[in-house]
Amino acid sequence: MHVPGLSQQRIVQIERDILGKNDELAQVNRARFAAARVFALNLVSSPGAGKTALLVKTISDLKGIRPIAVIEGDQQTSNDAERIRATGAPAIQVNTGKGCHLDASMVGDAFARLPAIDGGLLFIENVGNLVCPAAFDLGEAHKVVVFSTTEGEDKPLKYPDMFAASSLMLINKIDLVPNLDFDLARTVEYARRVNPKIEVLTVSAKTGEGMKAFYAWIAKRAASLAADAAE
Amino acid sequence: MHEMALCEGVIDIIEAEALRQSFSRVKTVWLEIGALSQVEPDAMRFCFPVCAAHSVAAEAKLEIISAPGEAWCMSCIKTVPVKRRYDPCPCCGGYQLQVTAGEEMRVKELEVA
Repeated sequence: MHVPGLSQQRIVQIERDILGKNDELAQVNRARFAAARVFALNLVSSPGAGKTALLVKTISDLKGIRPIAVIEGDQQTSNDAERIRATGAPAIQVNTGKGCHLDASMVGDAFARLPAIDGGLLFIENVGNLVCPAAFDLGEAHKVVVFSTTEGEDKPLKYPDMFAASSLMLINKIDLVPNLDFDLARTVEYARRVNPKIEVLTVSAKTGEGMKAFYAWIAKRAASLAADAAE
Repeated sequence: MHEMALCEGVIDIIEAEALRQSFSRVKTVWLEIGALSQVEPDAMRFCFPVCAAHSVAAEAKLEIISAPGEAWCMSCIKTVPVKRRYDPCPCCGGYQLQVTAGEEMRVKELEVA
């Protein structure tokens, strides 16, 4: 109703998180994973750090032990999902088109299309991008940032949000170190400047070096999540 | 450019609020963006009019309020100001910092008609 002479303008308090809707959907995913006793990891990195190669190696080593499925995020192509399926694990490819990250809604839809993996592992391979995926909770237990020895040691300082959001840094392509001027201690120091709690493991998806420590980390973290859920 | 997705989130929040609080036009939108959040204010300003077109906020002015960053220094056992994530503690120079404020990404208030 318009009252002449009286301003209709007013200030409306909102106080809503911009990512509130994504965060709500992420909590729905988290509850679905918990109900199926699925341990979900969100793998993030720049393009070419070796996320898919790490997953192929991990699946071939662990597939006899627990059910495993993968949600693959890329702007275009289903190449990565095909590489995963060649290992025998189910994989859903999500093409983000113009988008630069996976969001909780895409992951919820993809998880619903996967066969049941109760008690198993879900790997979500995010779009290769060290910026945007840091902001989006997908419902995962942890973000794992994959960093390769061919990248600069100062990457944790250049892209701090991603290293701050991750629980574990996997330093991949460790087999190449003899041919590189790579300073492992400095990389770890920079990562811990941004995130004093980040855990670090050195691995090679190609030779298998260090992969057992990654599997032990998964087993330990999955057990502690299950224990938290049981409380 | 995740600011595009964030801007779409802002418009969704405003549209839902327009229905709930019965307003049809937004004159000003105030966002609170923390210094340690994952938002580049300039990118947000660039994306906002694109996402706002054909919405109740099509002609709205965007105001960004910056919230300062703060962290708990585990060595000094106190709260200290931080401008960036990789900054050392201004008191002891160490990096044993736990961010406690400055990650806000919120729609704070609207001036509506």
